[in-house]
Amino acid sequence: MMKDRKFFGLIVGGFLLLLMMMFLSINAGFIKIPFDEVIDVLFGNGTEDNILTIFDFRLPRIFMAALVGMGIAVSGAILQGITRNPLADPGVLGINAGAGLGVVLYMFFLQGSAFMAQGFLSIFLMPIVALCGAFLAATVIYVLAWKKNAVNPTRMLLVGIGINAFCGALLIVFQLKMDPMDFTKALVWLAGTIWGSNWTFVWALTPWLVVLIPLAVYKAKVLDIMTLSEASAISVGLHINRERRNFLLIAVTLAGVCVAVGGGITFLGLIAPHIVRKLIGANHKKVLPLSALFGAIILVMADMLGRVVMSPLEIPVGIVVAIIGAPYFVYLLVKN
Amino acid sequence: MAKKKLSNYIEKKNSNIPTLMLVIGSIVLVLLLFASIRLGATNLNFKLIGEAIIHTDDENPEHIIIMSLRFPRAFAAMLIGAALAVSGAIMQGMTRNPLGEPSILGVTAGAAFFVVLSLAFIPDGSMWVTMIASFIGAGLGVALVFTLTTISKGGMTPVKLALAGSAITAFLTALTTGVGMKFDVSRSLSFWYAGGLSTMQDEQLKYIVPVILVGLVIAILLSRSISVMSLGQDVAKGLGQNTLTIQIIGTIAVLLLTGAAVSVAGTIGFVGLVIPHIVRLIVGVDYRWIIPVSAVFGGILLLLADIVARTINSPFETPVGAITALVGVPFFLYLARKEGRGF
Repeated sequence: MMKDRKFFGLIVGGFLLLLMMMFLSINAGFIKIPFDEVIDVLFGNGTEDNILTIFDFRLPRIFMAALVGMGIAVSGAILQGITRNPLADPGVLGINAGAGLGVVLYMFFLQGSAFMAQGFLSIFLMPIVALCGAFLAATVIYVLAWKKNAVNPTRMLLVGIGINAFCGALLIVFQLKMDPMDFTKALVWLAGTIWGSNWTFVWALTPWLVVLIPLAVYKAKVLDIMTLSEASAISVGLHINRERRNFLLIAVTLAGVCVAVGGGITFLGLIAPHIVRKLIGANHKKVLPLSALFGAIILVMADMLGRVVMSPLEIPVGIVVAIIGAPYFVYLLVKN
Repeated sequence: MAKKKLSNYIEKKNSNIPTLMLVIGSIVLVLLLFASIRLGATNLNFKLIGEAIIHTDDENPEHIIIMSLRFPRAFAAMLIGAALAVSGAIMQGMTRNPLGEPSILGVTAGAAFFVVLSLAFIPDGSMWVTMIASFIGAGLGVALVFTLTTISKGGMTPVKLALAGSAITAFLTALTTGVGMKFDVSRSLSFWYAGGLSTMQDEQLKYIVPVILVGLVIAILLSRSISVMSLGQDVAKGLGQNTLTIQIIGTIAVLLLTGAAVSVAGTIGFVGLVIPHIVRLIVGVDYRWIIPVSAVFGGILLLLADIVARTINSPFETPVGAITALVGVPFFLYLARKEGRGF
């Protein structure tokens, strides 16, 4: 009962915090828009310039950051559950690297011609390529971690780290063969940046999250059982291999679609669920939705910081998240 | 008495094999060294190489190519391979961790980050600046890893260590990318980052040779103690070893070896992982053999990788770090699969 009240309190508080962050983020950037003008625009009577800046540039980007943050955080929470290891994360597991390799290969072989072009097809080709890369990496990890009719979670982590290094090596080989323009684009993409910032992408990303996150929350009980020991999970009648595969599929899809538009963002999938677990405990029914919320807050904040700190130069959001996230990670590691 | 029993314990394997490996390895190493000097855009023959080494003629362009380009590069590949393999062996022995390796544990990423800083802030600094930056970075990396190993509650399992390493690497890479983008040195950096020996010069060789030799000598002197450490901290203490001193000296050796290697060749991963494991399979668990044989085999591996890097896509260079990673990762996966239960 007590926990329930805390849960709703956190949801409401988190939501308010998210709104506040979004509002601050609208205001911040290369063109500074004062608060009262932002309010004017939101209520439909701002100047034309401001309307353009806010509706065509700022808002889609902010929504994008929020959505990507949600997806990656939930993906991280699920991966931590199924690997029974608090340090799992799509970035550490090599899923980001797989997606990155897909994108770099695509840019390399098409010489960047279709990249960033505004044609309808090419806009959607990039994310699809990234998604394919992510799935390929996940499949390889799953297959290689398969031994004696089961997937050992720790082996999965180690295989993931190996795949990460492997993709990293290939990335370097292809990156060095690119011309300087493509090289820089690839570098920025790999460092994690919300580049797909227009409404089309927001609408393309939303359905995935709307379907997959509730699905994960719905099956949260299974995830709870899976975090117990293997034996007890089996003894309560859980078909552990199948469930693990299903959850892996959800986690990889979430990470894949988010990485496709947000680039290689590491640590977010790690820190958001951890902060949440510290606040509310280990019950996944609560951890998953709150992780989504906190992931969104962190990424909106990081995106804003990336735009403001070295303005007019933009720091890729992935770098901001890594700088915030890594010390926390080390702290976790020492404490666990 | 204790010493004798211990050596009985660790010398289970036939002691002829390690000597044989050392001899054969050294012969292969020398052959590869000559092969590496010979192969390249200008075709040279062995007679010419012999002449150039014995009596260099400053007027002869081929002699100049040999002595100022080919020889430093081949020699550096050999030394750096040895350095990386030995520092991997030390780390694996001291931490009793099969995944102990400078690049997995974030040491090379630390060095890379500091080199970027030095490139960004001291753009026309000498070789020394890069070298010192690399040492500081490697030092911080090693310190971080060992601190984590010792203060982590419940000890540091291989999985934790590997995760910590990959996270630290991700973090430092993010910082490196940021600095590189801000100061526009990313591309010149990325080849270095991928590891390469193409820019090796006499000058650089002069800096790293003494450092690596000192590191190797320390490692060999320490090898008996590392054998004891590899039996476990408790056993080592029980046998009267001063574990802290050994750890400190071992860390210094790792620092010298990795720092020197990274400062001139960039981040070349997985040599330190693959070689000690293979050597352990062949010569057993005695580090008095593992360390010298690792040095020889490490030199062989990197010489080979460098020859491949030059010839596979000639006239372009492929980063040698990418080649060692592509060879090393399958091995890493094999280890993960084999020992997965124990982690």
